[in-house]
Amino acid sequence: MTDLMNWQLFFSLLTGISIGCASAYLGAVMLTRRMALVAGPLGHLTLPGVALGILYGFNVSLAAFPFVILGIVVIWWLEAKSRLPMEALTAIVFASGVAMTFMFLPVQQAEVALIGDISHVSLRETIASVALSVALLLIIRHIFRPLVLATVAEDLARVEGINVRKYNLIYLVLIAVIVALGVKMVGGLLTAALVAIPAAAARNASHGLGQYAGTALGIGGASSVLGIIISKVFPFPAGPLIILVSTIIFLVTLFWRKWNA
Amino acid sequence: MQPGTKEAQPGQNCVLKVQNLTVVLANRTIIDNLSFTVAKGESLTVVGPNGAGKTVLLKSLLGLLPHTGTVEWNRHIKVGYVPQRLPFIREIPMTVRDFFNLKGHSADTRDEVIGSMDFPRAMLDSQVGALSSGQFQKVLIAWSILGKPNVLLFDEPTTGVDIAGEETVYALLEKLQRERGLTMLLVTHDLSIVYRFSTSVLCLNRHLVCFGPPNEVLTPESLRELYGAEIKYYRHTHD
Repeated sequence: MTDLMNWQLFFSLLTGISIGCASAYLGAVMLTRRMALVAGPLGHLTLPGVALGILYGFNVSLAAFPFVILGIVVIWWLEAKSRLPMEALTAIVFASGVAMTFMFLPVQQAEVALIGDISHVSLRETIASVALSVALLLIIRHIFRPLVLATVAEDLARVEGINVRKYNLIYLVLIAVIVALGVKMVGGLLTAALVAIPAAAARNASHGLGQYAGTALGIGGASSVLGIIISKVFPFPAGPLIILVSTIIFLVTLFWRKWNA
Repeated sequence: MQPGTKEAQPGQNCVLKVQNLTVVLANRTIIDNLSFTVAKGESLTVVGPNGAGKTVLLKSLLGLLPHTGTVEWNRHIKVGYVPQRLPFIREIPMTVRDFFNLKGHSADTRDEVIGSMDFPRAMLDSQVGALSSGQFQKVLIAWSILGKPNVLLFDEPTTGVDIAGEETVYALLEKLQRERGLTMLLVTHDLSIVYRFSTSVLCLNRHLVCFGPPNEVLTPESLRELYGAEIKYYRHTHD
């Protein structure tokens, strides 16, 4: 029994670290687009999928994925057609996600959908999460330079021959993957925080771009580990704890920055 | 070549040929039926009041905005672009070195460029967000010439730059033009710059008001038509 619990904790930690690192790394790029909150509405959009997963007993991330992809395709298409800011479009799309969910998910079953559950992950889920997170990290690393350039200086990027639309799409697909992974860990309501807070904290504490991305990644991983461990000691769910730990780190960096200013 | 522009061969000495360029944005005609050419080594200044379509013109030439008519760049040229501002760049921690790295050139190439333009090396480790407008403008110019362009498009070189900084930017532009033989397209609302730099001037107020050598085409009449009222201007001669 103890052995089983230890393995379970190990799986949770492994899943938590990998998703925490990958989402924070992606968040470092999202923050530059003022788009960190895009992950929020997209998180909400996973809820119908999560609800179906819970009701019919299949993997929550898997069930969430098609819904996020659908949302992203709609947002990407609308952005290209209407030229409205992506934030506005995302907000339009997401409310329908929440509304749809509570059409068929009984409220008493909503907890996992809303705040996630990382305390029961199987070996297969762990392997899938780690593999996807590592793939994500490598992809972001590979396209980091054009992605950042397209983000901070779109015109310069285009003059350099960078296909900004292509990178926007890749970027949105990466967000979809991270949101689908994150929903298992912290639930539909909190995925935005998983992406945004480590990057915001790293921004307070960094001088250059490399340090910024690396610090974000570290804070993401550390918050996950601490959140999961605290949840084993105190009777609180891991998802909200992970977010609160990163919030505390953010506050510390904020005061540190003010102190050093 | 830039997206949305037509690649052609407007003649050996011609760098750019624009014919019947019309730009309509949100149902408003910003540029109406504009035609002009730019020769190799020329320094063309585009002047006009605020809202005349100057920035839109530059962006259309770069293929960044939808337009009708033709924009034909000489096939053998490479374009560098210095935008008016980059509103998002100060939002993340980024050093000047990081910003140069985004262009993907080697450190040697970068060092050669900054060495040629009196650019303090220590500035490489400064945060982009902490630079003065003049310093940032210098960084943007260095960034644009990293890829060894032969044409430089420059949008309002001295926006937000103080007078001392302005002089530095102008001196730098003259130096670049002299040493690298760049063809320059400069957009400005500052008429004093015209006589200092330009071999030709294009007066734009949505449509073409005048085009040609500054001494010939900048008359009180054309300036009145351009700015809509009596304006004071001074003429700076070098002889």
